[in-house]
Amino acid sequence: MRNLLRMAGMAAPIALAASAASAEGVLNFANWAEYTSPELIEKFEKETGIKVVLDTYDSSETLLAKLQAGGADYDVVVPGNNFVAGMISEGLIQNVDVRSLPGFANLEGRWQSPPWDPTNEYSIPWLWGTTGFTVDTSTYGGDIHTYEVLFNPPPELQGEIGMFNSADEVVKMVHAYLGNDLCTEDPAHFQAAFDVLKAQKQHVKMYQSEGLRERMLSGEVKAHSNWNGSSLKLRAQDAKFAYAYPKEGVLTWMDVMVVPSGAKNKDNALKFLAFMLQPENVAIQSNFARYSNAVAGSDAYMAAELKTAPEIVAPSDRTFIFVPACSEKSIKLQDQVWTRLLK
Amino acid sequence: MTDPARLSPRARHTALAPALLAIGVFLVLPLLLVPVASFMEANPWGGVRPAFSVDAYIQVLFEEDFTGELVFNDAYPRIVLRSILLAAVTTLLCLLAGFPVAYVIAMQPKARQGILLLLVTVPFWTNLLIRTYSWIMILRDEGLINNSLEAVGIIDTPLRLLYTNGAIAIGLVYTFLPFMVLPIYAAIERIDRSLIEAAHDLYANRRAMLRRVVLPLAKPGIAAGAVLVFVPALGSFVAPALLGGGKHLMIGSLVQAQFGASRNWPFGAAISLILLAAVLAVLLWQARRQSRGEGLQL
Amino acid sequence: MSELAGNPISPPTPKGIRKPKAAFSVGRIPGFAAATLAFFLFLYAPILLLVVFSFNGSNSATIWSHFSLDWYAKVAANSDIQRATLNTLIVAGIASVLATALATLAALAMARGGRFRGSQIALGTLLLPLIVPEIVIAIAMLIFFTAVGMNLGLGNIIVAHTVFCIPFAYLPIRARLDSLSPVYEEAAQDLYADGWRTFRHVTFPLLAPGILSGLMLAFITSVDDFIISLMVGSAGSTTLPIYIYSLIRIGITPQINAISTLVLLISFIFVSLSWLIARRSEKTP
Repeated sequence: MRNLLRMAGMAAPIALAASAASAEGVLNFANWAEYTSPELIEKFEKETGIKVVLDTYDSSETLLAKLQAGGADYDVVVPGNNFVAGMISEGLIQNVDVRSLPGFANLEGRWQSPPWDPTNEYSIPWLWGTTGFTVDTSTYGGDIHTYEVLFNPPPELQGEIGMFNSADEVVKMVHAYLGNDLCTEDPAHFQAAFDVLKAQKQHVKMYQSEGLRERMLSGEVKAHSNWNGSSLKLRAQDAKFAYAYPKEGVLTWMDVMVVPSGAKNKDNALKFLAFMLQPENVAIQSNFARYSNAVAGSDAYMAAELKTAPEIVAPSDRTFIFVPACSEKSIKLQDQVWTRLLK
Repeated sequence: MTDPARLSPRARHTALAPALLAIGVFLVLPLLLVPVASFMEANPWGGVRPAFSVDAYIQVLFEEDFTGELVFNDAYPRIVLRSILLAAVTTLLCLLAGFPVAYVIAMQPKARQGILLLLVTVPFWTNLLIRTYSWIMILRDEGLINNSLEAVGIIDTPLRLLYTNGAIAIGLVYTFLPFMVLPIYAAIERIDRSLIEAAHDLYANRRAMLRRVVLPLAKPGIAAGAVLVFVPALGSFVAPALLGGGKHLMIGSLVQAQFGASRNWPFGAAISLILLAAVLAVLLWQARRQSRGEGLQL
Repeated sequence: MSELAGNPISPPTPKGIRKPKAAFSVGRIPGFAAATLAFFLFLYAPILLLVVFSFNGSNSATIWSHFSLDWYAKVAANSDIQRATLNTLIVAGIASVLATALATLAALAMARGGRFRGSQIALGTLLLPLIVPEIVIAIAMLIFFTAVGMNLGLGNIIVAHTVFCIPFAYLPIRARLDSLSPVYEEAAQDLYADGWRTFRHVTFPLLAPGILSGLMLAFITSVDDFIISLMVGSAGSTTLPIYIYSLIRIGITPQINAISTLVLLISFIFVSLSWLIARRSEKTP
């Protein structure tokens, strides 16, 4: 007891030192864990003399809740693109006029004026990718590029399917399968989506996003909803894992850097955003996280295996659907589907 | 009439003040927002809109059908009942597994007790998620148990252990064991050996001794342990999700989702309040019975 | 330790029957020893696996490939994970001690304060942090901290943890007090006639098992908390659970096993030290 007290006494100054991290020359950056290249941070610190303090969060939803409750004295955060509109309308992030950043022109044309930030005031792309699924092709050798494989599985895959435990990702995937608008407000669409998921449930072994690579590698499941970069890592360990680009439409997302309204080091934040617009820098990040970036010319610095990876270089005949921010009504119906499915 | 071990009202208030102040300022005060929020409209981007609404409470039992009609919805009552059942089973199993351990530790010499207690808690210095991963490794088709059984030829095809109710129970019991063992230990530590021996002489067998001497002493510990296991187990969702396959929602994940993906803070506030009221009512009712000398003590 | 503290707890049933020193076998119940052994096996089997996989050569936390120390090298080079671990231990160390101190006083007041008006409200308040869903505590506290402009970095998390750990410390201590007869404190009060000395020399030693239990439960509760820390923490206060949950998109690697193993190592050093201290204090009368 007494020893513990003494230990606590020793620790107190450290705690205070840790909280004093908002002096000049600091960038408080928050992102998913191990989703930021240490090499990249080192380079940024070296070039600018700014010390980066890296924090982590588990989801854009949590980040939104935290910002909404007034927390997060971060300078740069990285939510999904479909959170940007809400963060703007709620005043949670600030207009930093990103189009005037040096290097803004480096962005590939298709990523300039994106739907979530048409006037280029709030956000700079971090990385982008797709949400599809991975199939163990040693179990199922047929065509995998259709949602049929997931939602109406062939005998080999029945009972061997893993799905994300996120209403948002799963229900939207069904909408893509059925050809519905991703943000539909039509109850009939949700009824149809529910029917698909209800029928699929007997073939699903688990709804769980954590540890999906472990489950695929151990053979617990033979098909699992997945993100392309994660699927790439799976194939690196075993060539039998293939990533599906469903012909019905591929769900696409982009994580973007934004500056919260409460940011204390706005200048440093802008320096970081500009830094990430340089092809050689953003390529370091792509190579680390195994996802594509949005900066033209970064190819030259990308790892060779990324340039040819099927998980990165998508077939050209597919439709890519950017996951938009949906209305309150749409979210509520989507939630209802999920609760009914798992009640 | 005067009872010297009793604290004077002044001493009592002085001793109670720090804890009550800490909880009062940093928790009760902030929580006053919860009932307010539950009677407001949901903001689609999280938070609430300042407009009065009882939608959150209606949603507990009714839903708008996909055709737009308001119908009874058994989803949330079912989820709550499932969570209560799971928490109750967990509590019972923790008691069965934990009681002998608490007793054995309490019977050890003083120096060894502390070490054993530490050993009970050390596994929990690691993270819940990673501990649960270990259980997956043990229970899955190609896991430790199945592989061992196959190796010695007891089974040919793997037993289905993971993604079952049994797996959820194992995970939950594992999570909460120390919360049962330690309070029971605290209650029965240093039962005098001579007392047990006397009891031994009086009641011919050990079972009677256990029932008449140890259990009455252990009662406050069991009550405390039951609360420390049952209430958190009610809100737990990592084990059901990872070991049970997440095919059924739990009250914990449901509440959390309202502040996350579902972005329905009023509804999250409303179910929290209902849950809070129910659990608090049961606990205080217990405590009242106890103060009249009837039930378990708290 | 005082003479009185060494005495038996007064039983609810036969009083004052004293016999010569009992044989060691007394108090043993058939099956209990086996149950305890099984218990510890159950407790440590997953932990052993966790440690084994920290030496895994591949990047899977659950599929063995070959022996390697790579993940320890990664931990040594990963300052984020080190800081997160240090944050976790600092928070848990301070918050559990504070919570236990508050809980001890509160338990004494509730158990020895007699009946008083509002005791139900006091009890309800003490148990409140246990009952309110964590996410609700997290958001309510964050809104409160923001409103009052409280921005102490790790201090925010320490305050939050102290508050929500109180019931975890309170309940074991209260259980201990309820199983103790006030007889000793009464006797001591007659001897010392001074509340503080009674507490220091009689009540505290008698309470020690409860306090120790409460402290440990508060500690492991704090060490494992994710959502409250994530919400109330400000820049620079990522803890290990936050770090681990934030790996969801990337996947957990044996790096987490390695850092967990190091934490276990620290805790075992702690166990050994306390064992040595306990043995020494036991030897010196």
